[in-house]
Amino acid sequence: MSTRYETVFILTPVLSDDQVKEAVTNVKDFLKKNGATVKHQESWGLKKLAYPIQNKSTGFYQLFEFEADGDFISKFELELKRDERMLRFLTVKMNKNHIEFAEKQRNKAAEASN
Amino acid sequence: MAESEIRYLQPINIEVKKEKYCRFKKAGIKYVDYKDYKFLLKFVNEQGKILPRRVTGTSTKFQKKVATSVKRARHLAILPYVGDMLK
Repeated sequence: MSTRYETVFILTPVLSDDQVKEAVTNVKDFLKKNGATVKHQESWGLKKLAYPIQNKSTGFYQLFEFEADGDFISKFELELKRDERMLRFLTVKMNKNHIEFAEKQRNKAAEASN
Repeated sequence: MAESEIRYLQPINIEVKKEKYCRFKKAGIKYVDYKDYKFLLKFVNEQGKILPRRVTGTSTKFQKKVATSVKRARHLAILPYVGDMLK
């Protein structure tokens, strides 16, 4: 029974662009390798942090929405913890209202873009 | 003698009790997004502390949702733990 999760993580700002892409792709590959289907992937780019983390005041925010089994999450978070480019991450289980909200948000963004 | 008119220095204004309502029920919002910075700012005071229900008038169910999303936003450095002049 796969449930929908949403993960937001922050990468250190010292990375160059391709390092950021490389970090994001290996998260995506890790998800795909372990049978999780990535529903939506979003990056908010470089944003100012509200308080310095590891005395860095900005970070690359990435958002992943994926469907996976429950027991996969602990492996996934261990993988995120091992990656030292990751300043911080938060995985959230999505309930009915959250999924509906995310879809509505995506449609709005899609309409706005086209 | 006519009853003594008590004239006040300035008319006492009776604090008209503004009917508080839960903005989530009224607007039909079902989910409080922890990534939405502007929306969460409405529930946090200048120092970044969560406003109590008696001030915002939200119902218990949604106050809990707001509290968890504010705490998640703080974890992700979207909201500061201790802010200054957030508004």
